Amino acid sequence: MGKLIKLRVNGQEQEVMVEPRQTLLDTLRYDLGLTGTKEGCGNGNCGSCTVLLNGQAVNSCLIFAIEVDGQEITTIEGLYQGGKLHPLQQAFIDEGAVQCGFCTPGMILTAKALLDSNPHPTEAEVRLAIAGNLCRCTGYDKIVRAILKVAVA
Amino acid sequence: MSEYSVVGERVNRVDALAKVTGKALYCADINLPNMLHGKILWSPYAHARIRRLDVAKALALEGVMAVITAADVPGQKNEEEHLNPMTCCLAREKVIFAGQPVAAVAAINPYIAEEALGLIEVDYEELTPVIDVLEAMKPDAPLVHPNMYTENLPAKDAKPSNIFWYMKNSHGDVEAGFREADVVLENTFRTQTVHQGYLEPRAAVVSVDLEGKVTVWSDNQGIFECRQLVASFMNLPLNYVRVIPVESGGAFGGKSHQVVPPLCALLSRKTGQPVKIVTTREEVFKTNRPAAASVITIKMGATKDGRLTAASATMVYDFGALHGMGGMGEVPFGSFTGLSLYRISNFKIECYDVVTNKTPSGPYRGPTAAQAAFAVESQMDLLARALGIDPLEFRLKNAVAEGDVMVNGTPFGKIGFRETIERMRKYLAQRGKPEGKNRGRGIAAGFWPTGIMGSAAHINVNTDGSVILVVGSTDVSGTRTTLAQMVAEELGIPFEKVTIVTGDTETAPFSAPSVGSMTTRSMGTAVYRACQDIKEQLCQRAAQQLELKRKNVEFVHGCVQVKGVPEKYVSLADLVAEDFRFPEGPITGRGSGEMGEGAPVFAVQVADVEVDKETGKVKILSYAAAQDVGLAINPTLVEGQMQGAVAQGIGWALSENYIFNNGVMQNSTLLDYRMPTATDVPFVDTMLVEVSFGTPPFGIRGVGEPPIVPTLATIANAIHSATGVRLKELPMTPEAILNSIKTQGKSKTK
Repeated sequence: MGKLIKLRVNGQEQEVMVEPRQTLLDTLRYDLGLTGTKEGCGNGNCGSCTVLLNGQAVNSCLIFAIEVDGQEITTIEGLYQGGKLHPLQQAFIDEGAVQCGFCTPGMILTAKALLDSNPHPTEAEVRLAIAGNLCRCTGYDKIVRAILKVAVA
Repeated sequence: MSEYSVVGERVNRVDALAKVTGKALYCADINLPNMLHGKILWSPYAHARIRRLDVAKALALEGVMAVITAADVPGQKNEEEHLNPMTCCLAREKVIFAGQPVAAVAAINPYIAEEALGLIEVDYEELTPVIDVLEAMKPDAPLVHPNMYTENLPAKDAKPSNIFWYMKNSHGDVEAGFREADVVLENTFRTQTVHQGYLEPRAAVVSVDLEGKVTVWSDNQGIFECRQLVASFMNLPLNYVRVIPVESGGAFGGKSHQVVPPLCALLSRKTGQPVKIVTTREEVFKTNRPAAASVITIKMGATKDGRLTAASATMVYDFGALHGMGGMGEVPFGSFTGLSLYRISNFKIECYDVVTNKTPSGPYRGPTAAQAAFAVESQMDLLARALGIDPLEFRLKNAVAEGDVMVNGTPFGKIGFRETIERMRKYLAQRGKPEGKNRGRGIAAGFWPTGIMGSAAHINVNTDGSVILVVGSTDVSGTRTTLAQMVAEELGIPFEKVTIVTGDTETAPFSAPSVGSMTTRSMGTAVYRACQDIKEQLCQRAAQQLELKRKNVEFVHGCVQVKGVPEKYVSLADLVAEDFRFPEGPITGRGSGEMGEGAPVFAVQVADVEVDKETGKVKILSYAAAQDVGLAINPTLVEGQMQGAVAQGIGWALSENYIFNNGVMQNSTLLDYRMPTATDVPFVDTMLVEVSFGTPPFGIRGVGEPPIVPTLATIANAIHSATGVRLKELPMTPEAILNSIKTQGKSKTK
């Protein structure tokens, strides 16, 4: 049996019929077509599915859609507003922090959650904040530099 | 001052904008109308006979549209095709590894497909699995493949064997060489099975139309390779399979083989509907192709003044149930990469590639080279210690240079090994030694030959002077950007005027797969030649316009110039812009590159570490990587390759491991299979040494694989330096380090 839930996704009200077993990740990807959020492991180990739930970075594969009725979600698609990239998106491009790009959406959203709560983190704080987001291409080097660049700016 | 204006620049990746905004499309993002979802039933046993396989109950489940087994496979008529490690080997009568596909289901949603798997009845009769690689080599060992005979022997063996390939390289008199040495050391080193660890799980979407034409979206490292594998499975001519490129979410060699698309194709043909399969992380680990494990025994001798006199090595690679990859069984790279870095007049290297009933292996970034380098470079470090010589100077003293030969007899052309060591020496002189308790420094080197294979490219010139480059190479490392940079450079136009398109197998000219650190060079050759083709056409047109002979004009910086009269020229845009209909015919450049000589690459790395003697935990304080890259088309991308490879190497050295029980992997989640996080690796200082290979395009060398080759030994050597104990087996977990400190600590070898 499905249930109708309301979500505010990237600033827009959405009504979705969800099954109780459906994860927030599947709802975003399949029902709302927001495929920028990725599934890398399905059990909260890799961080590829990170979205912001009321401003907090969460693994959307570990949350049932039905649990977040009435709440506010930001996905990677929501960061590009009014034809402008978020400074983190721009820094990821400029610093060469993007390779295969699969971890990138989750990584950027985790970084955003960090900078929203701690605008001037140290390198160690950045590394700790993104420790739940695996990247296999970059060795994290240019990712950490990109985040620090925005933090300093 | 560079002689180039676009090549060598840190231009942003052409795919970065789509990736930071979530717009980039990966295979799992593709959804087609009326699409079914598939799931695969995998063998739970490492070795078993299938006594009965009954899919009737699964097929009867509401919402299930098709179930397939080996009986449905149209192609793979013979055993060799069936056991091709690059493709799907749906079990026939017997399973030879846990994770071998046994059946597949297509249903109206993934939940029903999953449920249907549970209704498939398989009656297995367990057989003794072949687990240990050394046991597998014994004459009386149970056989993984009953009809496999060792290849490359002087004469065919009387009996089948689990050793599928034997290779020997030797030169000089090894015993005399050891007699000449002042120090001779012999050690055995072991490396474990590790996974490439790409973040994007394997997936495919396949649609078969009424004519039987198959359209494939899949994560792969080569659309033409994928086409080949699907066509052979489906028994179709190549023009009946079309593979459309999507972004690849990490690959590192691990997406060369294609298990999922053939199954989707068969399910789609059976149902007449598109079928999508997205695998889970557990499936990625258990059913895909990790790197081969190894047991390498190596003996090396050197004189007091640090000259290597002899080496002998026995290298055994555990390839799991299938023999590696197409072309790799024939070339166990590590057998010649490991010792080709040094001038050794007397050597004997024997290499055995062996099958066991474990997860079949495949290529991973410099396949089999990192394993060999772990043994050789650990041994070099031990020799340097025994001789009391600085490990960097020891390597420099014995390092090969142009004109020396690899152990397989291939001569080295232009190489930059010595320059790379010297660059690292300079860096270390500035950096100083690591100070403090339980801290140490390790150094190691690595060699990778890189490859170059046949590929072609088209360039279409637009009437405004912009151009479209069409290639069929999968971009796994930023090659769209570097190839576009080459075009802008060669045609003398701004980077923004070049658009690069990855065509599909019907619209793009053929490309080799993106493996072997070769795409920038293989496809680069084709692109470079396509540019020359365009320049020639433009010169001919300009000569005609200017009423000059062809030989009197030349192409310089985006213009056709009258030779000796630089002020008299016609720009590229002017040449094509007279009329948007191209009255003189459109200009299309064509370039084709052939298989050729690899450009050898050397990497030298240094790690400073601190080991907590209470817990055994290794903290990497700093890391430096130097590499001869020929010429960096885009330094940012090259650095990214090096930094990523080092992080993977750190995981391989310290934490990653397939933990097997009876041949079944026990730790198939990303929590239990521990890849490095941002807190495990430091910034990696990179040094790009540019010793030109001397041939177009731009004297470049491949860059992606070499930087993982020295990393394992770099870390092991640093741990020895910090603790005084030598670890000869990977991974060097805190537990293993503590044990070594306990057992070796008393008889400290410094």
